[in-house]
Amino acid sequence: MATATLHLPAGAITVDAAFREEVARLSGQPLELCFQCQKCASGCYPTQEGDYTPNEIMRLVQYGARDAVLGSRTIWLCTSCETCGLRCPNGIRIAEVMDTLKQMAAARGIAPAGETGPLFHNLFLSEIRAAGRVHETMLMLKYKLKTGNLFADMKLGWQLFRRGKLPLVPRLKKDPAVRRIFERAGGQE
Amino acid sequence: MQYSYYPGCSLEATGVEYNLSTRAVAGALGVELVELPGWTCCGSSSAHAVNKDLALGLAAHNIALAQEQGRDLVVPCSACYTCLSKADHQMRHDPGERARGEMLAGFSYTGEIQIYSFLEVVRVQVGMERVAQTVRRPLTGLKLACYYGCLLVRPPEVRPFDRAEDPTSLDELAAALGAEPVSWCYKTTCCGAGLSLTRPEVVEQLVARLLSAAREAGADALVSACPLCQNNLEMRRPAQEDIPVFYFTELMGLAFGLGEAPGWLKKHLVDPFPLLQRFSLVG
Ligand code: SF4
Ligand code: SF4
Repeated sequence: MATATLHLPAGAITVDAAFREEVARLSGQPLELCFQCQKCASGCYPTQEGDYTPNEIMRLVQYGARDAVLGSRTIWLCTSCETCGLRCPNGIRIAEVMDTLKQMAAARGIAPAGETGPLFHNLFLSEIRAAGRVHETMLMLKYKLKTGNLFADMKLGWQLFRRGKLPLVPRLKKDPAVRRIFERAGGQE
Repeated sequence: MQYSYYPGCSLEATGVEYNLSTRAVAGALGVELVELPGWTCCGSSSAHAVNKDLALGLAAHNIALAQEQGRDLVVPCSACYTCLSKADHQMRHDPGERARGEMLAGFSYTGEIQIYSFLEVVRVQVGMERVAQTVRRPLTGLKLACYYGCLLVRPPEVRPFDRAEDPTSLDELAAALGAEPVSWCYKTTCCGAGLSLTRPEVVEQLVARLLSAAREAGADALVSACPLCQNNLEMRRPAQEDIPVFYFTELMGLAFGLGEAPGWLKKHLVDPFPLLQRFSLVG
């Protein structure tokens, strides 16, 4: 597939049509229809702290700017709230695209410096794999230990605990059926 | 009316009062909720972000369990409801997705059971008339900003029970309980959901905006239908902000005069009792 270099104000990017086609196939979305009306961006609050708006992500995907897109913060800030897809005049489900991009980045181990989204998701899924359900107390503790950020939210944790909202002994269910789903799904440790 | 009930992981921990109040209110309305035996995590906010097959497989497994029970499934948590009803919609309308779900979860999808949020059961199956008839202690004078959050009514083809941009079911419910729903524009604006642990500062900004908008609209409290939203709205708010956030089921319990209601409300991080005392709704 042809590649070329495109010089944008933000820097030089490599155009890679194969990337665009891969995202279109995996997300099932008609990416080529995006005409940059920016309706998706106007209702998108969570990604405002990111490096690109949703319509910029769409355009970068159209360019095939693989590295810029898979390495962006925006994809991890997207909460899949579906506001964008609801409003897109071309019926593009941007949340599906964002999910696909996250999956691709996660599979390749790509994440911007300091981004703990992938770590959180992996801890979440390993809780399910191990016990069938997520024990929120454990998940929070493991995340804090892994990020070395044990003391942030301590007061909050104590308040939750006192109100019986962080049970120490979970009603877990070790479930071989869940284990089998992980095996069939593959790619997830 | 008998349903299988899928509480989900949060309702056993941070959302425990949503679980208790849903069960109690269902009982008061003659809706029987039978906990789905052997339910497992639906994958929630993580599976779809990392692995498409896991997202479908984990949800499909629970649909398989519900199918075995032969009863429609009720899911109070908006995040779980999203995972489960999206997977159901995929398998129902796309033969390829159905085959993929069947393979992943090792079952054969019949499409015989439906998946409902508890709010949907209240609106569509029970009806607001019946709710109003059950009220013993109307929430007169209480002004409520109904906060649906982003997932409960989206995407629209999966959630036909209410409007995706300007939903009304919680507002109708508030009115049926004798309260006064206020008009505001943030009904479905995202609270930051699962970013609460990874990017708390982003959630703080979103929550501050939501709470001040509710105040500006004249609300005394917010009403939520999701444990993620409720927790974010309490945990990630500005220090000086004290506007309470109720689960809709708690308000139903209060209005129905259920004795357990104060017990649920004691679990809140933001004390709702001063407000309720002001309206003579407790004590
Ligand atoms: S709303 Fe749709 S068409 Fe408009 S910029 Fe966003 S993705 Fe493109
Ligand atoms: S789904 Fe993602 S991109 Fe779309 S509006 Fe919500 S946060 Fe923004």
